[in-house]
Amino acid sequence: MSLLSEAWAWLAVEGRWSGPAGIPARTAQHLAVTGVAVLLGAVVAVPAGILVGHARRGAGWVAALMGGARAVPSLGLLTLFGLWLGIGVEAPLLTLAVLAVPSLLAGVYSGFLAIDEAIPQAARAVGLSPGQVVVLVELPLALPVIVGGLRAATLQVVATATLAAYTSDYGLGRYLFAGLKTRDYAQMLAGSLIVIALALALELLLAALQRAARRVADPAHTSDPSGRRPSRKDHP
Amino acid sequence: MIEFEHVAKHYPDGTVAVRDFSLTVPSHRCVVLLGSSGSGKTTLLRMVNRMVDPTGGRVLIDDADVRDSDPVALRRSIGYVLQSGGLLPHRTVADNVATVPLLTGATRRAARSRALELLGRVGLDESLAQRYPAQLSGGQQQRVGVARALAADPNILLMDEPFGAVDPLVRRELQDELLRLQSDLGKTILFVTHDVDEAFRLGDEVIVLRPQAEIAQRGTSVEILAQPADDFVRGFIGADRGRRSLRLATSGGRQVAVDLEGHAVGILE
Repeated sequence: MSLLSEAWAWLAVEGRWSGPAGIPARTAQHLAVTGVAVLLGAVVAVPAGILVGHARRGAGWVAALMGGARAVPSLGLLTLFGLWLGIGVEAPLLTLAVLAVPSLLAGVYSGFLAIDEAIPQAARAVGLSPGQVVVLVELPLALPVIVGGLRAATLQVVATATLAAYTSDYGLGRYLFAGLKTRDYAQMLAGSLIVIALALALELLLAALQRAARRVADPAHTSDPSGRRPSRKDHP
Repeated sequence: MIEFEHVAKHYPDGTVAVRDFSLTVPSHRCVVLLGSSGSGKTTLLRMVNRMVDPTGGRVLIDDADVRDSDPVALRRSIGYVLQSGGLLPHRTVADNVATVPLLTGATRRAARSRALELLGRVGLDESLAQRYPAQLSGGQQQRVGVARALAADPNILLMDEPFGAVDPLVRRELQDELLRLQSDLGKTILFVTHDVDEAFRLGDEVIVLRPQAEIAQRGTSVEILAQPADDFVRGFIGADRGRRSLRLATSGGRQVAVDLEGHAVGILE
């Protein structure tokens, strides 16, 4: 309990909330690292997921591959990339991007696979080109699941982005590594609290985004039991 | 006019969906492919708009091999109605009907007014235009499917068991509606069904198919009823079980037609 109050005291020190090394600046860096890493992951995961989901083939292989990828320890991967790329933010960015890929990819292809196969088939039969089937039919219908994948990926990355401070002076992880080195556990706990708050804020934001995506995919609220469902007229 | 010239469809695993099928569907006529599942009837239908490419033979539309046309352009020029409706669940009824005109460059305004006009044509109230497919009954969804197929004013309509998923009463209404539309529009219709009564009601000509799309008999409903070609056809249309043979019984001074299974089917006027 005293550690928690020490952490609060640490947070309350006036100088911490301003300047280039202050909490707001580090939070912004942390968010930037998270955003760029998820974006990098998406550059790989979204096209790959669309390919697998649209073809409805190879999902088993991809799932197995991603299961393997999820098991890769991030700290080990970061060390490997760090030895290759040296000190700086590049190695953690790459590590975090690799971390984001499985959730993003699973979101995209499982979102596609969850669509009743008859719908894209029918769209093709009335004359939509393959690209139009993806953009006008499959992506909007898969959107809630895709955003679900984005949500999972973002939460994993925002928590793990503390590792950025392992090879660079970047983000909120600095408080953890600095605290560990100097046995300043109040600082470590305070840093963790900020990361948790950030994760919760992102979670709320992405949950709202997911609700918006559901409105795109299901504007009639038919799959939402609490949603209003206009009476079905019985005449044909 | 649609012509099938010795078309075949063999799948790599050795399955033969269509062995050797030839047929001419004359313009402005409704031809029904009648067969049970596995007869290859849907495969034949899907060859016309290149959803399936034959492994042998050719399909011609107005003397042009469909293989020479771009599949997407070809599909947009042909109306297609599916069993489940195949509507886009995230688009309104009006947008569903306007799908193809919008893709081919019609303005939103023109496509919309065309969609409303077509909804009227297939017997739907304009107030349904802003609903979503899931908010309609099965019969209404099928009507929207027909309206969508008519949106680009195609010469050819392909109908793949379009009324298979609705209850018999609604199916009857939809069939009436199709007959009425057809007498107005005179499209070339290729219609696939396993329902004998539906085939006899709608088809100017009915093609009874055996497995692998072998033609068991072709003709008008009257010809097929009067002279079933063989036991297969007799069995398929129910003639072997007495469903198609009627005798007269008298009840209360009126003559009632009864089939050989003993079910009353109508009154003789």
